[in-house]
Amino acid sequence: MKRILGFLIGLTIALLLTLFAGENPLNIFMILMKSAFGSMYDLGLTLSYTTPLIFCGLSVAIGFHAGLFNIGAEGQLTVAVLTAAAVGVLCPNIPFPLAPVVAFLAAILAGGLWGWIAGWLRAYRGSHEVIITIMLNFIAAGIASWFTLKIIPNPNSQNPETAMVSPNYMFKDYDLIARLFPDTPANASLGFAIVFAVLMWIFLWKTTWGFGLRAVGSNPEAAHRGGISEKKVQMLAMALAGALAGCVALSEVLGSAGQYRIGFSPDYGFIGIAVALLANNNPLGIIAAAFLMGALHKGASDLDLETTTITRDFSRIIQGLIILGVTAQGYWEWIKHKRRKD
Amino acid sequence: MDMMALIISLLLATLRLATPLVFASMGGFMSERSGVVNVALEGFMLTGAFAGAVVGHMFASAWLGWGAALIAGLVIGALYALFTIELKADQIVTGMAFNLLVMGLIPFLTKILYNSTGSTPALLAEDRFSFEPLVMAFVLVGALTYWLYKTRSGLWLLFAGEHPEALVASGVSVRKVRWAAVSVSGAFAAWGGASLSLFLASSYSPLMTGGRGFMALAALIFGKWKPLPALGACLLFAFADALQIRLQGIKVNDFEIPVQFIQILPYVVTIIALAGFIGKSRAPKALGR
Repeated sequence: MKRILGFLIGLTIALLLTLFAGENPLNIFMILMKSAFGSMYDLGLTLSYTTPLIFCGLSVAIGFHAGLFNIGAEGQLTVAVLTAAAVGVLCPNIPFPLAPVVAFLAAILAGGLWGWIAGWLRAYRGSHEVIITIMLNFIAAGIASWFTLKIIPNPNSQNPETAMVSPNYMFKDYDLIARLFPDTPANASLGFAIVFAVLMWIFLWKTTWGFGLRAVGSNPEAAHRGGISEKKVQMLAMALAGALAGCVALSEVLGSAGQYRIGFSPDYGFIGIAVALLANNNPLGIIAAAFLMGALHKGASDLDLETTTITRDFSRIIQGLIILGVTAQGYWEWIKHKRRKD
Repeated sequence: MDMMALIISLLLATLRLATPLVFASMGGFMSERSGVVNVALEGFMLTGAFAGAVVGHMFASAWLGWGAALIAGLVIGALYALFTIELKADQIVTGMAFNLLVMGLIPFLTKILYNSTGSTPALLAEDRFSFEPLVMAFVLVGALTYWLYKTRSGLWLLFAGEHPEALVASGVSVRKVRWAAVSVSGAFAAWGGASLSLFLASSYSPLMTGGRGFMALAALIFGKWKPLPALGACLLFAFADALQIRLQGIKVNDFEIPVQFIQILPYVVTIIALAGFIGKSRAPKALGR
């Protein structure tokens, strides 16, 4: 409940800021709502933002459960989406049901490896995972840019993007969600995302591995005495986090775009942090939180068109303030404390 | 002779590129030594770079921009202190939220001020700094080293991060020490940003820090949370950066090394340094508590 209040406080302050730009906050709010849910087309776009946010939210959350802060979802998903595109472009002859499976496995393997590097460095070299994952984000972006522009560029376009994957890699023909929202990138990967969230809930609360992971996160010393290897758990958690972020390849390459486009992600990895926090790292809550943040993001993207003074960067302000509103729950006690003094 | 000129220009570039890192690293030093984790350095730097560029352009004076960065840095540092110390918010999460917030607020403000999507107008060459921030950065490191070990208030900072209970026992408020340290941390990091927009470049451009706030933090950790070794680490990272700029477009036996591989050099060096292949680093005992 307090989290929802924190969310509302953050959103309200963000909207009040628009007064400085000479806008009516209520009007801005209406634009956000209309742009996010106004039509089936708008809703389709909102859902197409929701899907990668569920994956990234799960990725950040699994790190949090193990006591690690994964800021590297952005790099992990970059590497994974690039890998899926590379497989689809370089091996065009694999037949349909097998092709997307191969590309997907390659993608989560690549994402998982990228996360594992940070986990290994954290476990065995004691390096701070926050800084390591941020550096890995920059490195992933550099490698992706080189691979896209030099190795498998799109010959038919001036845009910085890879060639299209072969059509047998995409599940377009069998995609019920895509049919429901024509002309939008919404696709069946939303269903996968929801299934993955449920699977993660089962993993965390119904399996021994999940218990070990949570034990390391909540009390490393007790976990150690209980015979759980902290180092192995940290590596496993970061590798899983990378693999989950890598699932974005499902929605981006196999579901909608069919290629890796430089800059396709509006910082999904970072918005994933807000999603995980808002949901208190509960995988099922992440579905709802991702939908909320997806709606805000879609809403903000129309501010460019609907107002003259506010740009789409406004969504960052909203996200930042929402994270602060949710994480700084100490203000409730602070207010109580002040009242008692008076 | 050519070799000599190349080495000298590389060294000069290293010193120039180290300036923002040194300021930010000293900002991180203040905060982390007082016991507050600071991953908001990136946001602090952007704040300083922006405030410096705006005021510097408005009055056509780098020094006034420098002053504006100081004030903006103190304000955002104090806000960070409010959240982490008083409201007891998770320090790493708050830090990242601050970074995100600043990255959103600056384009919001440039749109209002200049109707642009994130950059500020450029300062004339004669209004920019030519060398001053570089000297100030080195003076700051010397001053902090002396202050930390030779003065009473320097010891307060040490104890706030190592043994807060001892500080309480001697009648000094840990809270106040941390408030002051985190606010000053904002100011130093903001100067790091301002040395980008007023010294290395002539205006603010979107996300111009490019991860330097995190590198500065890595330098601090690599430098075992001590000013002089942190300075050394900053110089190492700056050297990687200078080398990166110089190496772009270089060929090895007719094979041109992709420019992207060269650009990621500073980040790779940071990871290798942080992986602790050169001795273990020990954090202040009360860091993050």
